[in-house]
Parts: sequence; C-alpha cells; structure tokens
Amino acid sequence: MEASGLRPEVRKLAEMTIPIGPQHPALKEPVGFMVNVEGERIKSLDLDVSYNHRGIEKGVEQRDFNQSLYLIERICGICSHAHATNFAKGIEELMNLEIPKRASYIRLIVGELERIHSHYLWVGVAGHEIGFDTLFMYTWRDRELVQDLLEIISGNRVNYAINCLGGVRRDLNEKTIKLALDHLKKLGERAAYYTQLATTEETMVDRLSGVGKLPYEKAKSLGSVGPTARGSGVDSDVRRDDPYLAYAEVPFKVITANNCDVLGRTIVRAGELAQSIEMTKWALENLPPGEIKKAPPRSAPPGEVISRYEAPRGELVHYIKSNNTDKADRFGVRTPTMANWPSVVEGLTGQNIADIPIVVAAIDPCLSCTSRTTFVDIDRHKSWVWNWDELRNYSIRWYKENKGIYWGD
Amino acid sequence: MFENLVKWARKKSPWILLFNSGSCNGCDIEVIAAVTPRFDIERFGIQVKGSPRHADVLVVTGPVTRQQASRLRRIYDQMPDPKYVVAMGSCGSTGGVFKGLYNVLEGVDKVLPVDAYVAGCPPRPDEIIDGVIAVLGMFESGDGRKRARGKDPIRIERKPLAEVTT
Repeated sequence: MEASGLRPEVRKLAEMTIPIGPQHPALKEPVGFMVNVEGERIKSLDLDVSYNHRGIEKGVEQRDFNQSLYLIERICGICSHAHATNFAKGIEELMNLEIPKRASYIRLIVGELERIHSHYLWVGVAGHEIGFDTLFMYTWRDRELVQDLLEIISGNRVNYAINCLGGVRRDLNEKTIKLALDHLKKLGERAAYYTQLATTEETMVDRLSGVGKLPYEKAKSLGSVGPTARGSGVDSDVRRDDPYLAYAEVPFKVITANNCDVLGRTIVRAGELAQSIEMTKWALENLPPGEIKKAPPRSAPPGEVISRYEAPRGELVHYIKSNNTDKADRFGVRTPTMANWPSVVEGLTGQNIADIPIVVAAIDPCLSCTSRTTFVDIDRHKSWVWNWDELRNYSIRWYKENKGIYWGD
Repeated sequence: MFENLVKWARKKSPWILLFNSGSCNGCDIEVIAAVTPRFDIERFGIQVKGSPRHADVLVVTGPVTRQQASRLRRIYDQMPDPKYVVAMGSCGSTGGVFKGLYNVLEGVDKVLPVDAYVAGCPPRPDEIIDGVIAVLGMFESGDGRKRARGKDPIRIERKPLAEVTT
C-alpha cells in the first residue's frame, strides 16, 4: 500500500519524528535512526548524527598548533593517528617544512598499524552483527598483537600521540623492529585465514552477498570513499592517487571488488589487511637512518591548505586556514563516515529489516551504534521501538528461520 | 537472609551499561577489548548489557555534550537501585582535553553523582577492570552509595606503563 492511500492519522504516524535518545550504546557512538517500513521492507531511512558534537573545530581556533594536535587526535579514538597526521601534514605544508625521511616512515608505520587494528576491529564487529560471535572473539584476540605493537612504539594503546610538528616524538630501535616483524608474521597468517574465511566460507558468503547493494554508479554519485567505494569497484585510494608521507616509495596494491555489496566490502578489508601488513614489513625493513624531528617555526604564514589522508574508513579531508600566528584561523573536517552515510541509506532502501545491523556496520561507522530504532509498519498501522540488541537478535533469528544461516548460540 | 542472598548475587554478577556521552570512541573500544579473550572481564561475572533497566553499574565515557546531558540523566533515573557510576577516562572525570569547548559540560559529575573515577586517555582495559572491581567493593557495604554518606569516591590512578622494550 502506498503511503498516500492511508488514513490521515496513520500517515501522521508514518511521518512521526521521534527524538530518539542515544539510550542504547551497545558498541560505539550514538546515532539516531528513523526507519519507515512496509512489512519487512524498508521504505525510507532518516538519521541524526548530532549527539557527539563537541565543538572541536572552534576549539582549534582558540589553541595553538601544538595544543590543537592533541585535541584533533581525539576527534576519533579509532583513527586518531589519521586525524593527527593529516593536521600536522597540513600545517607543515603551510610552514613549508619538510619532515625528515625517517619521521615520515615512522608516521607511515603507525598509520598502517592503525589500519590493521581498525580492519581487525571491523571484521570482528561485522561477525558480531551477523551472529558469528566466534569470529568476533578471534579477531579481537589477534588485534591485541597490534595493540601491543602500537603501545611499544608510541607508549599508548589508542591515542598514540606519535606526531609532533616537524616529525615524530619517539624513535624505533632494533629490538622494537625485530619484535614488530615477529608479530606481523603472525598477523599475516591470521589475515590470510580471514581472507579465506570471507571468500569461501559458505554461510558467510550466503549471509553477506546481495545485502546492502551499492552499484558502481551510485557509489560514484553519492561520493562514497574508502573500502565502501572500493567494494563497489571504484578504484580510488589517496595513498596512490595523491601520495603523502612515504607512500610513493612503498609498494602496494589497491584492492577493489566488483560485488557491490557487503561481501565486496569484506573482501576489500580482508585484502587491505594483508597489504597493510606487507607495507609495514617493507617500511620496517627499509627504515632510513637519520633525524626524527625538525624544529618547526612558531607561526605559519597566511594561506589555506586542503590536507588529504586515506584513513582506515576512507578519504579524510582537513581544511586549514592560517593567518601568520600560531593558531589556525579556520579549521574544517570532513570525515569518511560522513561521506559514507548516503550509501547506507541507498543500500538499505528496499532491503529487509534484518539487514540493518550489517549494512550499517559495513561502512564501519565511526559514529556507530544506533541508540534505538523506531519502526513504523505502514500495513499494520503500528509503530514500535527496538534497541540495537533486539534488532541484532531479530536479524539473527530472521536469517535462521528464513535462510537457515546460523552459527549457534 | 534474603537481602544477603541478593547482595551476594549482585556482587557475583554485576551488569554494566556503557554510555557514550560524546567521547572519542577510544574508551568505548577499550571497554569492548576488556570483554574479549585477552582481558576477559566475564571471569568476574561482569557482563556488558544494553538496557539501563538491567544494569547495576553505569560506565560513562566522554565529557558529556550538552545534547547528551539530559539523556544521560534519564538513563541514570531508569536504572534500578542500588546503582553505581564509574566516570571513565580523563574527559569523563574532568573534561580533559575537551575543557573549554562550547558544547561540553566537562565531566560526568556535573550531571550525576560519581562513585569511581578511572584516569587515563583512554584507560587501559586492566585499569577499567580495576575501576569496576573497586565499585564491587561498594556492593558489599550495603545499598546506599558511599558518596551519599559523605565519603570520597574512589580514584583509580594511572599506573606506570608495564616494562616495554623501547
């Protein structure tokens, strides 16, 4: 039945906007959804991502570059290095400051380790959302190896703070490099196993293929970035297209898949895991000697810069305007998750309710976790509210009953 | 007798609710890491739950944004007594690096009474476990919260980093 043929009070119900509080943060950050459904089919989707607004862009204008670096690192805890490096890179460009080669290699190594930890995290979360909790525990166990490495290299597990203007804060020594290579070997074996799992394990392929369709043209026109776009065959990667740090020297392949669905995004992430591990190994083995830091000038001459970085989730863009002082005049951020939300709306329209968790998780939202989701069933004239856990359980049950896909309790 | 049984049950299996009041996600992934095999918080009977109506301990991350403040309060009010609050990380305790930003309230204790503060940005999973275990000690002392009786909340200090190879 079309929405226009409904009784007015029902249509009003269908159009109802409920301020959905972030009352149920199961995994990560709060975001509110409004989903209009007709039976099982999703008619439209509306979302609210405003809960985490802290005012960081304004805060950067009030702090000097060094203080800002630590504030910007806390835009997101998972891609903290991406934000900090991108900002430092932009400021250094404004200052006309070239950082020592060893420093750019260390930044690259931490950046790739961050990508490895982020992709491992994603594989686990995706496994959790489809009811494959064994995979979740497996990947998070392996992820601890990367966390150990990051802690040894930078001194912290999450907000690494390895960057400073003009270089990096800490050097790598022989012992660390040896340990890192050792850990990376183990991680490589595990990554190969997950790649095989994602591409050949029948239940997984059945569950993920055809879900969250995002055709090539749509991915292009909606401006998707990162693994979401590459999973739909869009061959773009800032690391190759506009090399920064030492990416021009490190050999790597850009992984794409033509599945145009969640399976494609999984294959891309699994492939990138292997690539990142190889890149980190190469960079550790070919680490150039020398200084790790140059003294930066106090202020940056007037100018503007657009700084790009391939974060684990896609292209991250920072805009910085300087005015000859030690503070930024204007600072703007476009995160990859922001660019990928339209693809979630596209991927979910016309799909089943049971596919919401995995399609939302498939872009690896940095603002994840719907607090609650409101459903409006146009046919049955009723609306109900689910939280993320209930939704996940429903999704697992639906696939068990209708498709026979089940991993056990 | 029955009260003792309830107290024992609570202490043996406290359920925690994680609430992100505008943090950077760092604390949240560390809480999830505490659930997974390396740290395995479930060996203390602790489970991360979704609904405030099932929770005994509210773990709040983030400096509390203005939009989240009323929602955080509502969550807290929905929890059954006795309830305990752990403020996670530097920004949950004092606002941390976000101090002075226009949209943050700088600390969970601006909105709720807090029982334990866990330092660190973010705290390591073992420190998080320390904080929750410290709160378990309060379960023993009865249903009222320590703070209400004029005692100081618990502060989990940052431990020196373990022996690392650098």
